[in-house]
Amino acid sequence: MAAKGQREDGRGPLDYRAISVNKGFAPNAEGSCLASIGKSKVLAGIKFDVMAPFADRPTEGVVMVNAEFSPMAHPEFRAGPPDAQSIELARVVDRGLRSAKIVDTENMLLMEGKVQGIFIDLYVLDHDGNLIDTAALAAMGALQDSKVPKFEDGKIVRGSNSGNLKLNDAVVCTSFEKIGKNIMVDATDAEEIASSGRLSLSTANGDLICSSQKSGAAGFSKDEYMQMIDWSFEKRKELLSKLG
Amino acid sequence: MAGKVNKMVEKADLFKNGKRIDGRTPMDLRPLKITAGVLDRAQGSCLVEWGRNKVIAAVYGPHEVLPKHLADPTKAIINARYVMAPFSGQEEHGRSGPNRRSIEISKVAKHVFENAVLVEQFPKTMIDVHMEVLQSDGGTRVAGITAGAVALADAGIPLRDMPVGLSAGKIGETLVLDLDKYEDNLGDSDMPFVILPRTGEILLSQMDGMLSREDISQAFDMIFEGAKKVRDKQIEALKTSYERMAAQVTTQGETNQ
Repeated sequence: MAAKGQREDGRGPLDYRAISVNKGFAPNAEGSCLASIGKSKVLAGIKFDVMAPFADRPTEGVVMVNAEFSPMAHPEFRAGPPDAQSIELARVVDRGLRSAKIVDTENMLLMEGKVQGIFIDLYVLDHDGNLIDTAALAAMGALQDSKVPKFEDGKIVRGSNSGNLKLNDAVVCTSFEKIGKNIMVDATDAEEIASSGRLSLSTANGDLICSSQKSGAAGFSKDEYMQMIDWSFEKRKELLSKLG
Repeated sequence: MAGKVNKMVEKADLFKNGKRIDGRTPMDLRPLKITAGVLDRAQGSCLVEWGRNKVIAAVYGPHEVLPKHLADPTKAIINARYVMAPFSGQEEHGRSGPNRRSIEISKVAKHVFENAVLVEQFPKTMIDVHMEVLQSDGGTRVAGITAGAVALADAGIPLRDMPVGLSAGKIGETLVLDLDKYEDNLGDSDMPFVILPRTGEILLSQMDGMLSREDISQAFDMIFEGAKKVRDKQIEALKTSYERMAAQVTTQGETNQ
């Protein structure tokens, strides 16, 4: 069906399912956002902490992205250490945010050997395909929701609020799946099973690509790739409007 | 080529007067040497020495699938493993075994070989491609996959075409090929690619940094051009290895008579 360019829910190849963004879902976290695309749901929670900087960047804050594929999200997900799929998702979202310098990590030094750390945890709660776009949306929503706690003498004051986290721009991600010769966005779980390969493109600043990840065995031609870049800029506007 | 580099490098040093830090032009690759058949036990193997990188790949299989329930009745399963030796970097001793980065790279490397190997010819089997970074200097994933491809061919496993790995990147306003460690760390973007030169397909594409549509389009053209040089070395390595094997067979034949 998909190989003929038709989709079981009647969507066109470039149509997303319904998108919702619910910021502040878990208010104990400094920032949180439950994002859903179709039936897929990802909750992003953000915690700030004090940590040692990376040795090669001693004055910069640290942003870490981790993904947890909860066994409640899909019959094939099992509890346990992260597998390649969840590591890939976390690293693709991370590279998008990092490349676009969404968080100004240069202003997060507290004192020598101590910097602010921002931990972004992505909880996949329901999996009906396109987890990367859903997770990227949840991460961005949670960053926009984040209140920076106060830091005193190199320690974090839990529950305090020194204002909103300053963000440079917003990153969103659009993933394309190739089924037969057709390319479509926002695949369902069933469409992903039929797909031979995926390209995920993160966009920033209106017309820049800030991360790309090809996954799956299929190859893409340069023409297909350039076409997907154009589509990702189009879809960016739609995703940004949902972030509010 | 394999000497130590201790000098401090700053971003401004990366590209001056049309030349890169090691004197290369934007399109120049680092010196590349590919040797096939470097290990005895493995069915196929390859050592890639690329600039100061040394990456070795070994192939086992097709063999029985373990654990058995993973067997696919329609095709061979690819088991790709990319790891960096704890002593491979210029920094402190690393942790042995796979980390998050290498698990991700192993996953995308697996996809490359799933595409290139004629997996339908070996149902219910597994083919292992092990890639070990012994010394790293930027671009180790593309060096590893380039080595893995030669090791597969060296093992006699049929491929649709030889996958070629090469990275492109951006330093300031200049697009360059084959970034070394400094250019990767201090430059503005790094794009590792694996392509099939015969069909023009892109099998691996990752990226960090910020790039416009035009940058990416130009990077592809540079990659397809530069990949020809890598491919020539891959073919040459296989030819040399076959000639060596043929010579051995001939010598053995003479001894037996």
